[in-house]
Amino acid sequence: MDLKELYKEIILDHGKNPRNKKKCDGFNKDAKGNNPLCGDKVHVFLKLNDEKQVEDISFEGEGCAISIASASIMTEIIKGKDFNVAKKILENFIYMLKVGSKPSINSLTDNENTTIMSLSGVKQFPMRVKCATLAWHTFLHAAEDNKKVVNTEK
Amino acid sequence: MDIKEIKSKFPIFTNKVKGKKLVYLDSANSSQKPKAVIDRISNFYSKEFSNVGRSMHSLAVTATNRFEETRDLIKNFINAKSREEIVFTKNATEGINLIATTYGEKFIQDKDEIIITELEHHANYVPWHFLRKRKGAVIKFAECDKQGEVSVDSIKKLITNKTKLIAVTHVSNVTGTILPLNKIIDLAKTKKIPVLIDGCQGAPHLKLDVQKLDCDFYVMSCHKMYGPTGVGVLYAKKKWLDELPPYQGGGGMIDEVKKDDISFPESPTKFEAGTLQTAEIVGFAESIRFIENIGIKNITQHEKEITEYGLEKLKKNNSVSIIGDPKERGAILSFTIKGIHPHDIATILDDDGVAIRAGHHCCQILHEKMGIPATARASLGIYNSKEDIDILNESINKCNKIFNN
Ligand SMILES: Cc1ncc(COP(=O)(O)O)c(C=O)c1O
Repeated sequence: MDLKELYKEIILDHGKNPRNKKKCDGFNKDAKGNNPLCGDKVHVFLKLNDEKQVEDISFEGEGCAISIASASIMTEIIKGKDFNVAKKILENFIYMLKVGSKPSINSLTDNENTTIMSLSGVKQFPMRVKCATLAWHTFLHAAEDNKKVVNTEK
Repeated sequence: MDIKEIKSKFPIFTNKVKGKKLVYLDSANSSQKPKAVIDRISNFYSKEFSNVGRSMHSLAVTATNRFEETRDLIKNFINAKSREEIVFTKNATEGINLIATTYGEKFIQDKDEIIITELEHHANYVPWHFLRKRKGAVIKFAECDKQGEVSVDSIKKLITNKTKLIAVTHVSNVTGTILPLNKIIDLAKTKKIPVLIDGCQGAPHLKLDVQKLDCDFYVMSCHKMYGPTGVGVLYAKKKWLDELPPYQGGGGMIDEVKKDDISFPESPTKFEAGTLQTAEIVGFAESIRFIENIGIKNITQHEKEITEYGLEKLKKNNSVSIIGDPKERGAILSFTIKGIHPHDIATILDDDGVAIRAGHHCCQILHEKMGIPATARASLGIYNSKEDIDILNESINKCNKIFNN
């Protein structure tokens, strides 16, 4: 378990300078998520168009470097994708953190793949997996109009 | 006092964490256990076990005697007037729930007021919230200032003729503030308001004399006192235990059971329904002996010395902000590091074998008041040394290195 595997340059960068950390214009869906044990909070804003494409996605919140970086990376990767593709990416991402890496999916560019893989080190820190998945679960709640607040303890 | 020798009584410290020596700075959460306590539980199960207070056979007699011995030891440890004032619970949380439920049932009406403080652990807020929901009670929060102090005046100005209880912590589990209990209780006495003390962070560290203190209720969690998990103690003045209705119903807490009515025995039996944590309670006797062999005043003194050393050291570290600056501080140091979230601090420290806690420490009201979502907390026990603080400080520097601060 190497700390460098967790705190990669790219994660520290996203943690310090998160992308899309705002309320995006014209969002039509949103959801909140909490990690009550830690006090992490995230609010995901989503603009899903009639073709079920993620036209825009952003987030607000507070939390550790891992949770902020993961939210930031998620918005970068999911923006512009079809919801079904986004859902696939999310499933792969969670599988990567809980079970182990899975072959990358075709719709991701090499660059996107590298970015998302930068979070794979979290798997070695079981206490931190929840931090990394919080925003992603919250995205799913937003997209599926699930009004329940995501709670990592349930 | 030979801390190395004392520390050697704790088997956990012979283990490595991630290949490193364990630096345990999470005793406010739960303390480690000396071998004597662990062995006592094991021996009790091997040689003396049976349920207590029920059967007539000789094992039951032995087990009952051992079990009741712990009650006597606790009575002496906190200088209660009588052993009947010592009620076993599963933890401090249950002690507070017991009082909130039974005292609430009998004495709290719509619009009656309960005063707590902004420093309280959720264990000393949520049970009163239930009472707010159930009975329409009003909860008032005595303010804590920037230093983390709660003054007697901040409590005084909340008191009205509707005030039915004051429930405050002995020591804050975040800022380490030692509350001015004597003054608070004196004030309450002049108004005839009972006082409950959440002693979780007091009992393991500070000399206790409940008769002198003159509080009505004092709760503690034995797992924070070098004792087993699953055991708590509620001290209550006998007059309250006589007056309050039973808490949970079941075996062991009855006097006479008829089809149309049931009568109950005196305390503490009345409040101890069902089979308790027998082996753990027997084991806790060894924790008290452990504390008394060292001397609680020596423990206070040693921890004070290490806490002051830690304060000095961390204050010199420019990236660190210490949370709270109380005049009287227990063995707790909470802090933040500029630009690094407490969870990231905890993970990086863990890599060096340094165990701290990060988060809101079950004190969301306080964190909201301070305007920070989370803090990192180093808390001490008798086994900690200056060397532990040095390693903590080094590890904090590593956080800064990783985050390029
Ligand atoms: C001040 C305070 N009160 C109450 C508690 C709750 O203790 P327990 O969970 O053992 O009931 C704690 C422990 O974290 C505490 O620090």
